[in-house]
Amino acid sequence: MHQFLFLLFGAFCVGGAINLLVQKKTINSALSLIVVMGSLALIYLLLGAEFVAVVQVIIYAGAIMVLYVFVIMLLNAGKEEEVQGSHVAKIFGIPGLFSGGIIGIWVLLQHRPDDKLLPIGAMYGPADKVGELLFTKYLLAFEVTSILVLIAIMGAVVLTRRSRS
Amino acid sequence: MSAWSFLIVAVIKIAVTLGVLLTVVAYTVWLERKVVGHIQNRWGPQRVGFFGLLQPLADGIKFLLKEDLTPPYVEKNIYLLAPALSLIMALTSIALVPIGPIVHLFGISTPVQITGVVDATGQSSDINVGLLIILGITSLGVYGIALAGWSSNSKYSLLGSLRASAQMMSYEVSLGLSLVGVLIMSGTLSLGGIVKGQLGTWFGVIPQWYIFRWQFVAFFIYMMSAFAETNRIPFDLPEAETELVAGYHTEYSAMKFAMFFMAEYANMVTVACLASVMFLGGWSGPPMHFLPAVVQAFLPLVWFSSKIFFFLFLYIWIRGTLPRFRYDQLMAFGWKFLFPLALANVVITAFFVAWRA
Repeated sequence: MHQFLFLLFGAFCVGGAINLLVQKKTINSALSLIVVMGSLALIYLLLGAEFVAVVQVIIYAGAIMVLYVFVIMLLNAGKEEEVQGSHVAKIFGIPGLFSGGIIGIWVLLQHRPDDKLLPIGAMYGPADKVGELLFTKYLLAFEVTSILVLIAIMGAVVLTRRSRS
Repeated sequence: MSAWSFLIVAVIKIAVTLGVLLTVVAYTVWLERKVVGHIQNRWGPQRVGFFGLLQPLADGIKFLLKEDLTPPYVEKNIYLLAPALSLIMALTSIALVPIGPIVHLFGISTPVQITGVVDATGQSSDINVGLLIILGITSLGVYGIALAGWSSNSKYSLLGSLRASAQMMSYEVSLGLSLVGVLIMSGTLSLGGIVKGQLGTWFGVIPQWYIFRWQFVAFFIYMMSAFAETNRIPFDLPEAETELVAGYHTEYSAMKFAMFFMAEYANMVTVACLASVMFLGGWSGPPMHFLPAVVQAFLPLVWFSSKIFFFLFLYIWIRGTLPRFRYDQLMAFGWKFLFPLALANVVITAFFVAWRA
């Protein structure tokens, strides 16, 4: 059951990612990216990291992608422009992708711990434990990140401010 | 509990909850027409059935039989996807809401909540991050409206959906922050756990709901943000009929329009459920020991549904009373008043909880 669900959502994820690249219309690409984010969240949920899964949905699918769609709507971005593309990419693209993928899978297979799939709920990570870690062990990283976000907010305010002349 | 009985119980719970929710949605429309009618000194629907009680049925038949028009200039796939997305997101979140305590029927005990189970110790337990899932589903609901407006390829729809998505994104911030105060006090994200934290009473009469435990400011912030989230008057700018015809669903007809309509009312019900769970103690209420045991068994459902009814009536009452905001007023109100107030509430609540601990 677990393997079936994993394969299903993995297929959704990869399919969405490929569709994202293939689609000509920007809005369809954005929607495929939402599918990718959603299936990633479901894979997190299969691992039992329900908090991470929900945060993935709220932040990526619910906030960032809404902004993407919003910008696409505002700019009314249509079809992408066709370019010739490089010859190197045409010749070596697909063989390179396959060989790179095979090498990657081979390396991962060498390093996996054992044959067993993780059961549902193996990586138990409730919200209070995550919060506790954030405010004790990873406090410095947390504070530095929040200062970074604060700077980004201030930058946005400065950039969008109308000059009072 | 074996896997099969678990499955059967889950399916029954889903079917019953969905059936009740759709009936409530249909009759909220009837209630709205009736109450707004009386507020405006009219009768409201009264021809179909007794008091017009069969009006929702007649409306449903009308929606099904109307010509389903798809304008030639729309972005067809997304145009068809948008209402379905809206309705699915609106109907899903009810699954997380704890409607009642554990019931014992035919030798099986289960809480009245789709995602709730009875654990080994006989206590009801539900998913750990229930509240976050509801907020996540609500934030995904924006897509239905945004895509509907964009794919309709019409100016009114686009403007309506731009307004709607900007408004929903802005008010989601204050909505989420207003709930943080309750979360600090309850110490859990599970909705069942939050209800359990409000079960006691003071002097045997006054229930220990969070609204009476210094969260009433948060409650008002939540209610105002919730009105904006569900695009209701006085925040119904996305479908302001004097400016935008019908906003994001201008180009939709027949059942596809009805899906948006149902999504709006289902969202109202969900928001009311969340308000009663977070601030008004969900299915808990003042104890009524003088009633016979059979009646007492039904009390939680009575409490819960009367709280939902109160909120739905409040929606309609305000619709009949207040005029619409201007759009810049709406944004300024959300960002410059509600948002700082919600932040202040979080800080003060955290301070008091830390002080008393």
